[in-house]
Amino acid sequence: MSVDVLTPTLSDNWDQPDAWKIANYVARGGYEAARKAVGMDPDAIIGLVKDSGLRGRGGAGFPTGVKWSFIPQANPNPKYLVINCDESEPGTCKDVPMLMATPHTLVEGVIISSFAVRAHHAFIYVRGEVLHVIRRLQKAVADAYEAGYLGKGIFGTDYDLDVVVHAGAGAYICGEETALLDSLEGRRGQPRLRPPFPAVAGLYASPTVVNNAESIASVPAIVAKGAAWYKTMGTEKSAGSTLYSVSGHVKRPGQYEAPLGTTYRTLLDLAGGIRAGHQLKFFTPGGSSTPILTPDQLDVKLDYEGVAAAGSILGTKALQTFDETVSVVRTTLRWTEFYKHESCGKCTPCREGSWWLVQTLRNIEQGKGQEGDVEKMLDLCDNVSMKSFCTLADGFVANITSSIKYFREEFEAGYHTPAWELFPYEKSVYFPYERERITVSEGAGE
Amino acid sequence: MSGHEFVAAFDDASGIDSHDDQTNIGEQTIAEMRQIMARYPEPRSALLPMLHLVQSVDGRISDAGVQICAELLGISTAQVNGVATFYTMYKRRPAGKHHVGVCTTTVCAVMGGDVLLDQMKEKLGIDEGETTPDGMFSLERLECNAACDFAPVMMVNWEFMDSMTPEKANALIDNLQAGREVHSTRGAHITSWAEAERVLAGFPDGLADEGPTAGPASLAGLQIAREKGWTAPVPPSPAAVDGGKPNER
Repeated sequence: MSVDVLTPTLSDNWDQPDAWKIANYVARGGYEAARKAVGMDPDAIIGLVKDSGLRGRGGAGFPTGVKWSFIPQANPNPKYLVINCDESEPGTCKDVPMLMATPHTLVEGVIISSFAVRAHHAFIYVRGEVLHVIRRLQKAVADAYEAGYLGKGIFGTDYDLDVVVHAGAGAYICGEETALLDSLEGRRGQPRLRPPFPAVAGLYASPTVVNNAESIASVPAIVAKGAAWYKTMGTEKSAGSTLYSVSGHVKRPGQYEAPLGTTYRTLLDLAGGIRAGHQLKFFTPGGSSTPILTPDQLDVKLDYEGVAAAGSILGTKALQTFDETVSVVRTTLRWTEFYKHESCGKCTPCREGSWWLVQTLRNIEQGKGQEGDVEKMLDLCDNVSMKSFCTLADGFVANITSSIKYFREEFEAGYHTPAWELFPYEKSVYFPYERERITVSEGAGE
Repeated sequence: MSGHEFVAAFDDASGIDSHDDQTNIGEQTIAEMRQIMARYPEPRSALLPMLHLVQSVDGRISDAGVQICAELLGISTAQVNGVATFYTMYKRRPAGKHHVGVCTTTVCAVMGGDVLLDQMKEKLGIDEGETTPDGMFSLERLECNAACDFAPVMMVNWEFMDSMTPEKANALIDNLQAGREVHSTRGAHITSWAEAERVLAGFPDGLADEGPTAGPASLAGLQIAREKGWTAPVPPSPAAVDGGKPNER
């Protein structure tokens, strides 16, 4: 069976008027999968999600059903489900539009997933800086309570489920699951040493599943249409449909939902290609923490295995695209400044390494680098990589080392020439949607 | 004066008046804090939303707010301050009525965010991290706000101002300054930073139904799929499984 180039599943209702309202979601068959699930054996749901091949969409790609099966059901403590909507990885912009357009898809996924892992309390942790997403989620949860889909004895069964929408307060690191749990406990968001893993000792030291929003939102369709159907999309080891986020110097940046394994050549074509008169220089496959790729890798299959074989990581499928006007020194510095700002400070290699690398990169950007700075940065990266509790530092190391690998001469040019002389920054400025939109949007939904 | 006055080593220490013990927190806010605590199996989980509530009432993280959170949760003020200083959304200095953010992480920066930030500094007459003397605007350089397909992005009171240009940014400030109604490109009409903070504390403002389902970039792929007739595979219907006509897809 041949599968279409784009496979709108999560995004299928985004062009519907007022898709976020419960009546409109239900009218399209919403909550039927949850109703079906609460009549199933929880282990059968876990089996179904395992069979579907669904893997974590937050970056790591761990099989979702397998994660659920790690919850020790004999543990007497309560079980918790926590949804990670702390979308903050530079380039990543998929969960925000999904939650704004169709928050009930997530809520339905939360019901099914909580039932499967026998949780009676679920938390939706959303970054605080997305007010309207939080409004829509608060309303979706409130409306689901009113409809009897949440609360005591949902869908007329004896199963109880409470869901809390929890706003964060500005910290990239809280997208890391153990930092998120500390934050949700009312502490500074700093990663925990593992083991124990959250499945054994997570929220309040109880068994906890932490899943990305897109992963959980994928569950209702799997329950409704089956694991075999889900696997007709994607590749053998990377099943299903997913949101690819294309940004940067393309004509039509945006969300493109396609089967896993779609190439960037295909996505770039759909996005209208690079802006007129320019060429692709480099891109990230999955956010700023994944090694950059170049035009030679346009035909890499964007699935977990394909991108790994090309020396990078699928990550969050965030395709940040840069044309030939862009200075790689500038992008590398700006990303490293991001990590320096967001390093929680707990582990010395990350805290000090990001600080030092920013200073070195600033010198290089200004044309004040010193002979040997590139080697020094690579040595620093070697000392920082894989030496912290979490992977934040590995993220900036991946970006710096891959940028040097492909564009070393630009960094060495920084020993004598400022980056803005080699790549005048004003030439990179681009407003792709300038003609389409003005400041004031169309009014209220009703 | 000894001539050896203490100078703080941290820039952030400037502008925070540690003698300012004013607060608007009263019985009603304390009752709302208790409501937040009741949402969670363990009350300390309420600390982040409680601090959002403090900001909505006091316009900043006030010392009195810290003290009250600590008392209600049975933890020390040092523990509360440790949290309040960790997260960037908590402001020790009063934010403006409208808190303006400009994203300058890489994609936005390159596409025009750096230009917009410089322009906003000049337009508002303040540097990042500052508030205008009339209390109308505060300005912040943002890290990635998860809207890269709408780059360059600005935020007002944590509402999206997508696909900004220098002209649109100036018009935005002018309209807010004049008190005209301004709508987020993907959200509700702009209220105020303090009102937004109250929503983040978990008290809805009833504006969820304003704004579109999705912005244009969010629909880029879906529109092509509709034009081409592309869909996800149709699951086999019972009839097809029973030997009915195979699906044409």
